[in-house]
Order: sequence, then C-alpha cells, then structure tokens
Amino acid sequence: MIESLINIILFTMLAATSLAVVRLHNLFAITMLFGVYSLLSAVIFVELDAVDVAFTEAAVGAGISTMLILSTLVITGHHEKNPKHGPWLPLVVVILTGAVLAWGTLDMPLFGSLDNPIHQHVAPRYIQDSPEEIGIPNMVTSVLASYRGYDTMGEVVVVFAALIGVLALIGINEKKCAKRQYSSDERPPRPVLQVMSKLLIPYIMLFALYVQFHGDFGPGGGFQAGVIFAAAIILYTLTFSLDDAFDLISPRVLRPLAAIGVLIYGGTGIVTMLLGGTFLNYSVLAGDPKSGQHYGILAIEFGVGLTVATVMMLIFYAFVSRGEKGKVE
Amino acid sequence: MTEHLPALQVIIPLLLAPVVFLFNHARLAWILSVLVSWVGLLISLSLLFAVNDGEVIRYEFGGWEAPYGIAYKVDRLNALVLLIVSAMAAVIFPFSWQAIQKEIPPSLHVIFYTALLLCLSGLLGMAITGDAFNLFVFIEISSLSTYTLISLGKDRRALTAAFQYLIMGTIGGTFILIGVGLLYILTGTLNMADLALRIGEYEAQESRTLQAAFAFLVVGIGLKLAMFPLHLWLPGAYANAPSVVSAFLAATATKVAVYALLRFLFTVFGADYTYDGMHIDYLFIPLALISILFASIVAIFQRGLKRMLAYSSVAQIGYMLLGIGLANESGLTAATLHLFNHALMKGALFLVVAMIFFRTGGTSMRYITGLGKEMPWTMAAFVVAGLSLIGVPLTVGFISKWYLILASIERGWWPITIVVLIGSLIAVVYIWRVVEAAYFKPRPENMPPVKEAPAGMLILTWILVAANIYFGVNASFTAGIAGAVAAELLGGGV
Repeated sequence: MIESLINIILFTMLAATSLAVVRLHNLFAITMLFGVYSLLSAVIFVELDAVDVAFTEAAVGAGISTMLILSTLVITGHHEKNPKHGPWLPLVVVILTGAVLAWGTLDMPLFGSLDNPIHQHVAPRYIQDSPEEIGIPNMVTSVLASYRGYDTMGEVVVVFAALIGVLALIGINEKKCAKRQYSSDERPPRPVLQVMSKLLIPYIMLFALYVQFHGDFGPGGGFQAGVIFAAAIILYTLTFSLDDAFDLISPRVLRPLAAIGVLIYGGTGIVTMLLGGTFLNYSVLAGDPKSGQHYGILAIEFGVGLTVATVMMLIFYAFVSRGEKGKVE
Repeated sequence: MTEHLPALQVIIPLLLAPVVFLFNHARLAWILSVLVSWVGLLISLSLLFAVNDGEVIRYEFGGWEAPYGIAYKVDRLNALVLLIVSAMAAVIFPFSWQAIQKEIPPSLHVIFYTALLLCLSGLLGMAITGDAFNLFVFIEISSLSTYTLISLGKDRRALTAAFQYLIMGTIGGTFILIGVGLLYILTGTLNMADLALRIGEYEAQESRTLQAAFAFLVVGIGLKLAMFPLHLWLPGAYANAPSVVSAFLAATATKVAVYALLRFLFTVFGADYTYDGMHIDYLFIPLALISILFASIVAIFQRGLKRMLAYSSVAQIGYMLLGIGLANESGLTAATLHLFNHALMKGALFLVVAMIFFRTGGTSMRYITGLGKEMPWTMAAFVVAGLSLIGVPLTVGFISKWYLILASIERGWWPITIVVLIGSLIAVVYIWRVVEAAYFKPRPENMPPVKEAPAGMLILTWILVAANIYFGVNASFTAGIAGAVAAELLGGGV
C-alpha cells in the first residue's frame, strides 16, 4: 500500500517535471530539471529494487550528462530560440504515441505479479545458477558482463562512437587554451572552492575505484566508476582552470586511453577465442571456469571504466575548450 | 577458426576502429580499412556458401546457449545482407582515399576512417544477430557513426542534415527499443527464435501489448529505412554527406533496415500475424505506391545530382515495401532481390557522383553539362547504372521489376503493375535529364576544363557497373537465394 503511494507520488513528480521542461524557455533551468528528472527516475529504480540501474541513472543522467549539457550552454547561450514550426504536428505525434503506449499497457501482464513471463523464463536461471556458473553475488553484473557481455561491449563502443562524433564536430582546442593565461582580473582566485575541491577529489577518486572493483559484490561497475572518476577531474577543471586540467591529464594521454579501453574489452574476447572458447567465454581463461569468469569480468570491467572515464573527460574538454575559445575571439 | 567466422565478421571491423584511432595515421587507417573490408567480403562469401543449401550457422557469445546469452544465427537472408554490406564496403573503401582528399580536411581523415569502420561493423552486426536487443545495440553503433560521417560533409548544411537525421534516427531507435521492451514484457526473452516460439499465444489472444509492440517496431524501423512519409531526413543526409559516405549509406544502410523489418515481420511475428492479424499490406501498398510516384516525380525537379539520387532511393524503397505488401512469394522475392540489386545500382551511381565531384568540385546540373566528352568513362558508367535504375532488360533493375510485376499479377492487382511501369518511366525522365546535359550540351564557357577521373576510381566504379550487367544477365544465383529466402520467410521458418 505504502509502496503504491510512493510510486504515485514519484510518478506525479516525474510528470510535473516533464511538463515544466516543456513550458520553460530558459535552457539553464531546463537542464537542471533534466537532472531532477533523472534523480527522480533513479529513486523510482531504487523503489523497484533495481539499484544498479538507479546508480547508473544517478551518476550518468543526473550527474555527468547535466554537466555536459551545461558546458554546451556555455557555447550556445541560455535562451531557447523561437521554433520555426508550429506545435501541432509534434503534439499530434506525441499524443498518438502516448495513446498507443496506453493501449498497449491494457493487456500487459500485471505489474509485480510472480507468474509474469519476465520472472518465469530466463530470469530464474540467472538468479539460481549465476552464483554457481559465474561465482559472484551480484547477478546484475553476471548478466551484464558475462551472459550478455557482448551487448555491454556494444555499449562501450557506443560511448567510443560518441567521442568520435564530438571530435569530428568540435574537436579539442588544445593550443589556444594552453597559451592562454587566466589573468586575475577576469577570473578571480577562488581559494575556498579550490581548497574544498582539493579535499574532496581524492575521496571521489577512491570512491570511483571502490565502485569499479566492488561491482562484483554490490551495485557498481565500470560505467558508474568511469563517470565518477571523470567527475573528479571535471570538478578540478571547474574550480581551477582548463589549463590546469590539461597539465594534470592532457587530452593527448586520454585519446589513446579511450581506444585502449575498448581494445581491452575486445582483446579479452580475442584471448578467449584463442584459448578455444567462443568470443567472451571467460570460463576458458583459467583452469577453473569460475576463476576464469572472475578474471574475465575484472578485465572487461576495467576496459569499460577506462573508456567511459576518458571519453567523459574528453567530451567535457571538447565543450569547455570550445567555449573558452569563443570568449577569446 | 572457421567456427568463429560469424563473430569475426563483426568483430574485426569493430575492434579495428579503436586500433585505427590509436595509430592516428591517415594513410595507414585507409590501408587497414581496405584490408578489413576485403577480409569481410571473404568471410561473408564463405558464410553464404555455407548456408546456401538451407543450413543454419549458430554462434553463442560467451559460451551461453541461446535464450540466456546472445547468439548469432546465420541463414540465407542474413548471409545475403552481410554479402551486400561487405561487398559494397570492399569496393567503396578503396575508392574513398582519393575522394576524401577533396572533401574532408586532412586532420579529420583518421576520425573519418574510425567512424566508417564503426558504421560498417554496426551494419554487419545488425544484419547477423539473432537477438532483438543486440540488434538495437548495433543500430546505435551504426547510427551514431552515421551521424558523424554525414556531418563531415563539406557544406555547412551537412550539419543541419546530420542533426535532422540524429533527431529522426533517435526517435526511430527509441521506438524500436520500446517495441523490443514490450516483447520482452510479454515473453521474458530477447532471442528472436525464442520470441517467435513464445509469441504465438499472444497472437491468438489478439493481445494489445503485442499489437503496440508491432506498431512501434514497424514505425521505428520505418524511420530508419526512410519509409514514406518518414523519409524526410534522407534527401538532406545523402545530399550533404561526403560523396563516398552517400555511396556507402545509399548502398547499405537502408538495406539493412529493410532486412531488420523482414526479420521482425516474418521471423519474430510470422507471416500469418503480419498479414492476417495486422494487415500490414493495407499500410505498405498505399505508402509504397505513393512513394514510388511522389519521390520519383520530386527527383525530376532536383538541381543537385545527389539529391536527385536520394529521392530516387526513397522511390526504390517503395518498390521493396511494395514487394512485402503484395504478400506472396514473388513479392518477397522481389523485395529481397531488390536489396541486392538496388545496392549495386545506387552504389555505382553515387560513385559516379563522387568522381564528378572529384574532378569538377560540384555535383549540380551546371557541373555536369557537357561532361560526356570530357569524362567519357565516368558518364558511360552513369548511363549503364542509370539504365539499371530504370529497369531496362539485361540489367539487375529489370530482374527486380520483373518479379514485382509477376507478384502484382499473381495477386490479381494489375493497376499496381501500371504504377511500377510509370515509376520506371519517371526514372527515364530524371536519368535522361542528366544524360541530355552531359552528352547533348556543350561545356559552358566559364567552366574550367576537366580530366577523366583517376583510373583506380574508374575501375572500382566499373566493377559495380559490370555487376549490374552480370547479375542482370545471369540472375539465377541471386534470384535463387532470394526465392529460397522468400519461401522461408512466408513459411514462418526460423
């Protein structure tokens, strides 16, 4: 009963947030509301006991993507331009889509009922056999990294493809920023922020490593860890400057690392092939299949974390260096 | 190693993309891409020969059996589409080096090849997978890299075109995801063969959730394959992308989307549900007829060659949808066959456009005027491929139209035959406009003299042109496969 009530409240807030996004014209406010939307979704996922998904949603949706959109606003400006076309066609499309979705839910298996097909077909195997077959307690990681590890590799490639897109379109403006010195009159020193962030950053990084390596046992894994690690560097860039960040981790170091992360994932698959298994069959990595699974998952999660962290930093660098350049000219 | 061929088909280009990016050397990137495309062609040929007698090759990723893990399952349809994509890559990748020199700034060449390899692996991954969610993952890979490739076009309008495609493509992708999600809710599985087995009871119940899933999948894939009236992104994308990218996308991307449609309609939902339950023919036949007539007519009025060919593509997709809509074996044979044949003709035509751009710096009618004398081999290639597009006997275009006409007569709907013929006549008009400009008008005074295109580019283009003739004269191989595929699809075989 209380769960239904919580659900209703959360979904109402979600709907209210979306309506507010539609009504507003200030892109800055809209971006913050997107963050709120993601956070609310994350809470709903927690309520549905999908903590791994909630963690990802909070880290990626509420955290890094809000950050990336904000850094885009630096380039584009905060205010929405008037759309050229009228609202009617999109409105009709949206209403129609919504109607089909609502129509589709009418016959759906009852929410939360035990005899639903999703609980009866493949899921029991994952739940009952994964501790034996994979040997790690977090079955979400088992599905993500082993049973459906090939999809996860695809998602890492998607992240990499996003980087390729950003580099093709705006690139990272290394030279101009490197030459540029921030004079004190334009950008006053911010001792409080700088000291506080210096205090925080080590812990953020430590937490990222914890999330990375604890993914086998609890919620976490390469995607979340990569995002958290990137967040530490982004915080540093914001409180100090882009030049300082480039000195700390240069994009020239990050670019190859982004590709290496993908290659670690794919390379693990190639190794399993050479050892006589199919692609990404980690069981052949060691004499005992369970330890093989463990090594394999460790390796691919590291690849995921590396690519996600470096790509997030690079995309952030690309946006910010473009914004800085805009100011110089 | 042969048991790994299905995986290697996708993994080699997929993993070479980061390698190319890592080396950060443009010419090396090109050489590696070309090698990969040739290896890919060999793999797809050997897969096709292995499954041509009706056998099915399976590959289980991670060593987990089908509904629990992700599995590839290669049958004739998969193998045919894989062959189309990798054959086009094997011709277009070698061609690309010279073409991009004039269209893409050197600093972006490595990025270009990285994106091109990602796009290739995405399309191959879509064409081979037996898992509905894995299909979505590879749609994402191919789409993201396609947006990047289009945005590399020389004109600033390429950015708008890429953005428009990004929005439409993302909506399409989301719809496909919703459709797959609804199927998962009903069945608890993502494997296509397993879905086909478990979906039956809901089909019998006329489940609304299943109907919604069907609708979302058809509209989502429809956006990807530029089904009229969801085609609005296509002309801009093809017209503004770099020429080689237009050639590669026109020859492969929409084909793979049509393949995905066939896979969902016939393997997952089954022919009975698609035709008798959801009456897809009532939707596809009118849309197909409108797009054949409308897009062909619009093509006549385009000033740019690329935009003209793009609208012609929308019309050609209409022929494929018509084949599906006619709901008999000849119709599906026509649709399947046209995947292959249209790739050959549009690939050749867009490569001609790339050569014209390479030498003249433009592709609008102004640049083509009088080119017949100055670039005789290039324009001859255009004429032959154009004849194939029209559907003249002894070209592949004729074979596709022949089956389409057979199908409409078998169904007893002879007016459709007339529309198909009118479509060909309109194609005569827009191809003739180019021929007339190139051969019967003198080169304008103010245009600088041009040389014939480089031999390497010409040879590669003429390989495709020759294929247009070869498979037009000797259609038994392609028509045999397409016929077997059609029988299998209608029989509900998995």
